Amino acid sequence: MNIIEANQVVKRYGAFTAVDGISFSIQSGEFFGLLGPNGAGKTSAIRMIYGFSPVTSGQMRVFGLDIAQDWRRIRSRLGVCQQENTLDPDLTVELNLLIYGRYFDKPKAQVRQRTEELLTFFALNNKRQAKVMELSGGLARRLQLARALIADPDLLILDEPTTGLDPQSRHQVWDRLLELKKGGLTMLLTTHYMDEAESLCDRLLIMDHGQIVTQGRPRGLITEHAAENVIEIEGPGPDLKTYIKENAIKHDDLGERIIIYTQADGRLAEEVRRKFCMGSCLFRTGNLEDVFLRLTGRELRE
Amino acid sequence: MNPVQLNAISLRFRHIWYRNLITYRRIWRVNFLVPLLEPGFYILAFGLGFSGLINGVEYAGKHLVYTRFMAPALVATACMWNSFFETTYTSFVRMYYQKTFDGILATPISIEEIIIAEVVWAASKAAAAVALMLLVLMPLGYADFPRALMCIPLAFLGGIAFAAVGIFFTGVIPTIDMFNLPIFLFITPMFLFSGTFFPVAGIAKWAAIFPLIFPLYHLVELTRFFCLGFMESNPVFNLVYLLLFASVFGGLGLVFMKRRLIK
Repeated sequence: MNIIEANQVVKRYGAFTAVDGISFSIQSGEFFGLLGPNGAGKTSAIRMIYGFSPVTSGQMRVFGLDIAQDWRRIRSRLGVCQQENTLDPDLTVELNLLIYGRYFDKPKAQVRQRTEELLTFFALNNKRQAKVMELSGGLARRLQLARALIADPDLLILDEPTTGLDPQSRHQVWDRLLELKKGGLTMLLTTHYMDEAESLCDRLLIMDHGQIVTQGRPRGLITEHAAENVIEIEGPGPDLKTYIKENAIKHDDLGERIIIYTQADGRLAEEVRRKFCMGSCLFRTGNLEDVFLRLTGRELRE
Repeated sequence: MNPVQLNAISLRFRHIWYRNLITYRRIWRVNFLVPLLEPGFYILAFGLGFSGLINGVEYAGKHLVYTRFMAPALVATACMWNSFFETTYTSFVRMYYQKTFDGILATPISIEEIIIAEVVWAASKAAAAVALMLLVLMPLGYADFPRALMCIPLAFLGGIAFAAVGIFFTGVIPTIDMFNLPIFLFITPMFLFSGTFFPVAGIAKWAAIFPLIFPLYHLVELTRFFCLGFMESNPVFNLVYLLLFASVFGGLGLVFMKRRLIK
């Protein structure tokens, strides 16, 4: 059975359509990514999954249940780490977990035990009496993750869990997430960091203007929409442009820079290196950021 | 539109009530100080300052020393301020600035339960404040023991009414500064003209309808009855009015808060 089954889901706010008929499914144990530029509809999609926003049309089934009817049963099996800091600033670190656990109607002793486990797992033990306001960005995010896990969820929803964190904190969050994944937890992640999505997600989809642009496994998407190898050439001359045209090479012309997508065998790369790399050339492997920019464009969104 | 759903209402709201109790206990000294000191200040000010100007008050056919007339009204207005402030400013901060409700809405608790918890909590806080005031007023002879203890459950009911109208304003008000409006246009006139500082009998006939509309008048009357043992109005009418007021604004509060929170 699929953990999430979205079928032609639409979300409208008045005249504005935030999510325009998306269909996808997430299987048990999967780490699934939801990517897209600002305003693509990611957060709207996520909010429909946990019943914060009602679905305008289409079906959203979570754990095989309908979110409109069975929202309480669904939410009791969900953990949500929201994009904004929604920690309770009136409570200490420890109480944030203890009280939140009670919202799930779990017995006190069980919540207390889980709180201890999570304080240890997220290395928050020596901060248990700290006020939430005093926590650094990284600590606050770890606490928010811990809080999302308080009721032992079957699905963890992560809305930009590493935005605004320093590299150390990001890596710590990733380590925790990978450990949870090893334990078989199903996770749904939205992020702006393509390296994060590429390394964490088994499967992902890219949204833009409320619609799904593509979905698949990260490596598959890279070979399909970009290439295994990429050459970036600064200040391309007319001869390079002619060469690209004559050989019908997959590329992006950014004016001052040309990006060439090549296959793994390296023959094209060798020729380009010999003929056109007098100036600055960068040889690298293709990545998800190439896919993302090719599919959603390079214009600023906001 | 997302109508209020009755099946979304369960006893789970008690968890949020408990959350509010914990934050209240964390600063209990501050929370206790005001209700303990406030009646003292007023009675000193009006007792010493006013008694020279006024002989006493004619109320329900009896002659009363001014402070004895006014003390029960202090209890009722404290109930009003406590519960109304809790579901306006405090709830607004929790909803808008602290995003506490957003966090709770990712758990199996409904919006309906959050709003009920806020209202019931505000009423509990009002009842606690009234209990503390009685600790001062009863020994001083301004409230008769044990009948005056009934003011505590009464304050809970009054608290529900004022908290309900408060959460309604929280549901409709665009920014937190605009609470000045209901306070200036509704709460302040009610505070002054509900038989609090002078008997309603002294008000001109054309204006006498206002105290009857104000829920505070009904609460003041009932509080006076439990403190002094007599009153000028019908207690059944007062109770029914408070219950009606609480249900109407409680319902409106649910509708408008839900409209505001669900996107």
